[in-house]
Amino acid sequence: MNSGKVTTQLNITGAKCAGCVRKIEQALQSVEGVEKASVNFADRTAEVEGSARCELLIAAVEDIGYGASVIEDEGKAQEEREAEEMKYYRKLIRNMWLALGLGIPLMAWGLLGGEMMVQPGSSQIVWLAMGLITLAVMAISGGHFYTGAWKAFKNHSANMDTLIASGTGAAWIYSMAVAAIPGLIPELARHVYFEASAMIIGLINLGLALEIRARGKTSQAIKRLLDLQAKTATVIRDGEDVQISVEKVLKGDLIRVRPGERIAVDGEVTEGKSLLDESMLTGEPIPVEKKAGDQVSAGTINQTGSLVYKAVKVGKDTALAHIIAMVKKAQNAKPPIGRLADSISAVFVPVVLCIAVIAALIWFNIGPEPKIAHMLVAATTVLIIACPCALGLATPMSVMVGVGKAAEAGVLIRNGQALQVSSEITTMVLDKTGTITQGHPSVTEISAVDSLDQTRVLQLAASLEKVSEHPLALAVVEAAKSRKQDILPVSDFDTASGLGVKGVVDTQALLLGNQRWMKQNDINIEEISEAANRMSERGETPLYLAVDGAVAGVIGVADQVKPDSKAAIQRLQSRGIRVIMLTGDIEKTAHAIADQVGVDEVIAEVMPEDKARVIEDLKARTTSGNKANKVGMTGDGINDAPALASADVGFAIGTGTDVAIESADITLMRGSLHGLADAIEVSQATVRNIKQNLFGAFVYNTLGIPIAAGLLYPIFGILMSPVLAGAAMSLSSVTVVSNANRLRLFKTSNQKSATGGQRS
Amino acid sequence: MNTLLVNVIGLALLAFVIYWFWLAKPSKGTKAESGKITIKVANGVYSPAVIEAPAGKPISLSFLREDPSPCAQKVVFADLDISEDLPLGKTKTIQLPAQPTGDYRFTCQMQMYQGTLKFI
Repeated sequence: MNSGKVTTQLNITGAKCAGCVRKIEQALQSVEGVEKASVNFADRTAEVEGSARCELLIAAVEDIGYGASVIEDEGKAQEEREAEEMKYYRKLIRNMWLALGLGIPLMAWGLLGGEMMVQPGSSQIVWLAMGLITLAVMAISGGHFYTGAWKAFKNHSANMDTLIASGTGAAWIYSMAVAAIPGLIPELARHVYFEASAMIIGLINLGLALEIRARGKTSQAIKRLLDLQAKTATVIRDGEDVQISVEKVLKGDLIRVRPGERIAVDGEVTEGKSLLDESMLTGEPIPVEKKAGDQVSAGTINQTGSLVYKAVKVGKDTALAHIIAMVKKAQNAKPPIGRLADSISAVFVPVVLCIAVIAALIWFNIGPEPKIAHMLVAATTVLIIACPCALGLATPMSVMVGVGKAAEAGVLIRNGQALQVSSEITTMVLDKTGTITQGHPSVTEISAVDSLDQTRVLQLAASLEKVSEHPLALAVVEAAKSRKQDILPVSDFDTASGLGVKGVVDTQALLLGNQRWMKQNDINIEEISEAANRMSERGETPLYLAVDGAVAGVIGVADQVKPDSKAAIQRLQSRGIRVIMLTGDIEKTAHAIADQVGVDEVIAEVMPEDKARVIEDLKARTTSGNKANKVGMTGDGINDAPALASADVGFAIGTGTDVAIESADITLMRGSLHGLADAIEVSQATVRNIKQNLFGAFVYNTLGIPIAAGLLYPIFGILMSPVLAGAAMSLSSVTVVSNANRLRLFKTSNQKSATGGQRS
Repeated sequence: MNTLLVNVIGLALLAFVIYWFWLAKPSKGTKAESGKITIKVANGVYSPAVIEAPAGKPISLSFLREDPSPCAQKVVFADLDISEDLPLGKTKTIQLPAQPTGDYRFTCQMQMYQGTLKFI
């Protein structure tokens, strides 16, 4: 076995002079288990060989006043894992050939009419020798089954090894007894089953090997994400460009990136100008221009110019690393549907042991002759055919592929619960701004009362909104800027969430906000209601401005509907999901937008803090089929956080930012609502796949075990052979993994219509 | 006579299976001294498989995987929504936040490796 000797790489901080190197090396070498430690001053890393634990190494470095952290290379870890699996795979195949090399000729001998019965006399010697050869093959090819079974037994636990070991062991012991003392065994039962033991061991090795092959494919999505990570970076240290591996990049390093190269870590551009392809993170196909001061993300590709950027987040802190970590975590998540299988597999093996004993006893008491041989065959077959693995693998394999598939579509699923519930959603609530619409509103019309002109209305409004961060406010400010208007200073600024703002500009008391804000402040808006109505009917939001207690004008701000919102909403509706639009806007505007995208249910004029309550109300209602409503909520993940949290599943749209990833059950990295439809389709496909797997595994075990015990014998006179059971058992878990792999071919309805392909 | 003997042996075997895998299952676990413990992953068993730790305190579990089979590759704490890859032959430390009193199962993906973390 591996002695635990490894190479650990550490990032060292605080080392300022070459003299520190020796001190750190000595400190590391003094840790028990360290065989060799060397510090590279140029890139400030240490390489330690030996069996010492990382924590001890870090503590040793910290004790002498420096900092250290472990460099974890995901890509390398993945490669190592693959190399290990390959090695294990080859070992399994070797084991298989050895076992089958003995089993197949023996079985052929039996099938072709060779004598498998032992009579006292010279054939005994031959069979005893054959038994010893079988034992050697069992030990070499299947030794780990027996040691595993024994270790588990000592721990009062039982696993798959227990079943294999007791099944093949029983067959071998019985056969040896027949060969050694045939005289004591009834004449009809003097049959040897050495071929069964060898064949079963061979087939199970084959099954495990096939499973490894199939499993490898399930993690392809992660591999693709890992491949986004740059391997090296060109760091400018002491005025010189140095090429170092990306794990060694430190916070604050200046990194040069040439056209065609990947951004290595998250950072801020300090020099240069270029176009960056960010499609791998955001799904946005159009390259984004970056200049000094802009943020760049690890994994994106620099296309046109040369850039220098400062590393802000490195290693595990980059957005890409977070995404990878989240996908990995979610891939191992258990949706509630898998819980039953878990509780069954916890007691599965001991129960099967009991069934095997009971089956043997029944054969002994009421079965026909040769009783003892039948007992053995029934018990062995029961032990071998039972496959807890298929049951245990059913859920995780599908989840792994499904979550990976989702990630490829730009959908990050946070946990198993979210995966399952989003497949059951009956009602989907969509926030309007930024979800259905672009979220970048712009001013479309300004209407002023007779005593004022439009430019003054815009100037006052913009001055007041300057400090606000509301998207509507940004639109107003931008409109003023584009018309080259001066923004005036504002005092006594105050904001009322969901209503509007107030403040003093040029000694004039200003109010800016929606109709309710005006009403609350007793402003009569009669004078401009015609213009406001016109705006609402077009789907624009009217922003009223009041100066010193009287209405002064209204600004129409429109937020364009995303071009593909309608198609995406139709995809949801075609799945029987009730789509509701939720917005703080007034009814008229809301309905105008809803009509554009084909949504007929609108809940408008909802204050941000009430959004969560609306969701709760929807959840409390039942569907037409009198089933509980499963409510999904889609919003931008920041402003809608409470509503997202109170929904059965919250979808944050259009951001790969940490905040959104943290707050939502499912993060849609693309801005398009198609991502939402994709998320639901992928989760439905995944849950369907899990159900198939669970169903298959349950049926296999509940049918297989009774048949193995001899249920068909009274009717058809058939008793299953242990070799067949071994083949069935090997195939069952391979089938589960293969079925999960089928999910890889899944295409969303959008992709299908785009390629005109068939359902996979 | 033989019939009786075989039946008695069979029933005894049955009783033994029930006794050994259910009734005699050790309920006491290995105490995690000072919030740290190393668990070996080999031959289908976590050793120790039952771990006791004080409730309300974080604990650090170090897993050393020696079994190359892919089953052993992951350790999953289903209740805590934690799952981690275990590299072969290297210690992997998992920090668990403080938990209330209770039993928390940890398993491999296929549930063949089973362990219990008891916060008491």
